[in-house]
Amino acid sequence: MKVRFELNEAPMEIDVAPDRRVVDLLREDLRLTGTKEGCGTGECGACTILVNGQTRLSCLMVAAQLDGARVTTVEGLAATTAGATIQRAFVEEGAVQCGFCIPGMEMAALALLRQGDAPGRECIREGLSGNLCRCTGYTKIVDAVERAGRDLHAGREEQ
Amino acid sequence: MSAVLTPARLDEALRLLAENPAALAMAGATDLLVRRRGAIPGHEPVLLSLAHVAELQGITEEAAFLAIGAATPFSRIIADPLVHRYAPLLVQAAQTIGGPAIRNMATLGGNICTASPAGDSLPPLYLLDARIELASPAGERALPIAAFILGPGRTALEQGELVTRILLPKAPRFPRERFIKTGRRKALAISVTSFAGRARLDQDGRIAEIRMAWGSVGPTVVRLPALETELVGAPVHAATVERVGLAVHQGVAPISDLRASAGYRRLVAANLATQFVEALGG
Ligand SMILES: Cc1cc2nc3c(=O)[nH]c(=O)nc-3n(C[C@H](O)[C@H](O)[C@H](O)COP(=O)(O)OP(=O)(O)OC[C@H]3O[C@@H](n4cnc5c(N)ncnc54)[C@H](O)[C@@H]3O)c2cc1C
Ligand code: FES
Ligand code: FES
Repeated sequence: MKVRFELNEAPMEIDVAPDRRVVDLLREDLRLTGTKEGCGTGECGACTILVNGQTRLSCLMVAAQLDGARVTTVEGLAATTAGATIQRAFVEEGAVQCGFCIPGMEMAALALLRQGDAPGRECIREGLSGNLCRCTGYTKIVDAVERAGRDLHAGREEQ
Repeated sequence: MSAVLTPARLDEALRLLAENPAALAMAGATDLLVRRRGAIPGHEPVLLSLAHVAELQGITEEAAFLAIGAATPFSRIIADPLVHRYAPLLVQAAQTIGGPAIRNMATLGGNICTASPAGDSLPPLYLLDARIELASPAGERALPIAAFILGPGRTALEQGELVTRILLPKAPRFPRERFIKTGRRKALAISVTSFAGRARLDQDGRIAEIRMAWGSVGPTVVRLPALETELVGAPVHAATVERVGLAVHQGVAPISDLRASAGYRRLVAANLATQFVEALGG
């Protein structure tokens, strides 16, 4: 079937099996390999994308569900002020180790920070509670999101 | 590869289901696609997506009840002021389901149709006297939740039928309402044992009405109606709390599985109830 959607602010049309998993559509058909597959069963959050601004797990979605939707993947993150701020905060706080969980973490952080005020640590932990990280122990990831929230809130962006 | 049907209206969805009797209804797909991983390549069933069926979305207030569309995701239920007003117990339970992304996808109707002994919306729905509204080309019917859920993974849903709405009667609120879930970890954990309780006291601080339900300690939600009756008029003191603990310990019949042993579940089920009753005094 032909699936039409908006991908990272650009129109996209692709001929694909309607039940193709969205994570496979992104990674294999469109070569957008920023989105990761960890578990394939909804438990790790590595495959998190935004659909109409909300977090979704691309391993538990099929292509037909994207028709007409607005999709953001980690490749589209840097183009937004909030996304660029999140990326910089992750780097500067040293929140990245092997990096496998980071695309999902950053997408979850983006959805959280778009909700408004700079969130506190408890709220950040809750917002990231569907994303597993095997390396960092989470503290620096929470530090990074807290910093990104503060930076965004204070409007101290240079770009 | 298999077809995915995406109807926009209920009558269209029911017609497509009648034409494709083997099709599987798909709401948030969080249970369905995990289970479908085992399907034989080339033999995957047709999927009937309910996400765009207008009649199955959202929350509406009617004279006698609150109606929640079967395909409404939990994040929307949690954010809805009407559900907070009439069914705070359901909000409490919904907040414990999966993580944020799962709650953006997983629906109330899907949770009910999965009929898992660990389904977290179920103990609250039993205590709220929820009715499950069903539609088929032949017409509509509604069943109490306890009659709809038949066993683990088994419901009264018939061939060609869809769950359309969950109806919650607008009864007076109970001053004490509590949902507690214990799991191996806080987020993304299947319940080891869950508990829902509602209670009201009389002027003398005695129990006027109490309702309790447990998840994951039997094939379906467990209630102890004899205990509920027996507790009416009981003062909230140590002897009552002890009586509750004993009755629950004897009344539930959990199994052992990879998440917990039967003995541990029995103990937790009793402790959650005694905690609830004890707190009524405070
Ligand atoms: C990582 C993870 C964590 C989870 N955590 C929890 C948790 O904490 N607590 C919990 O209770 N569950 C949990 N679940 C299970 C699942 O998310 C829930 O049961 C969810 O509510 C299912 O809803 P759905 O819309 O995704 O259902 P789907 O997967 O779309 O459907 C489930 C079943 O119901 C049928 N169905 C759905 N809607 C209808 C309808 N309107 N009419 C007829 N049939 C219908 C489908 O055909 C299918 O058989 C979790 C799942 C995952 C993957
Ligand atoms: S790969 Fe999707 S949640 Fe783990
Ligand atoms: S940095 Fe390695 S999994 Fe998170």
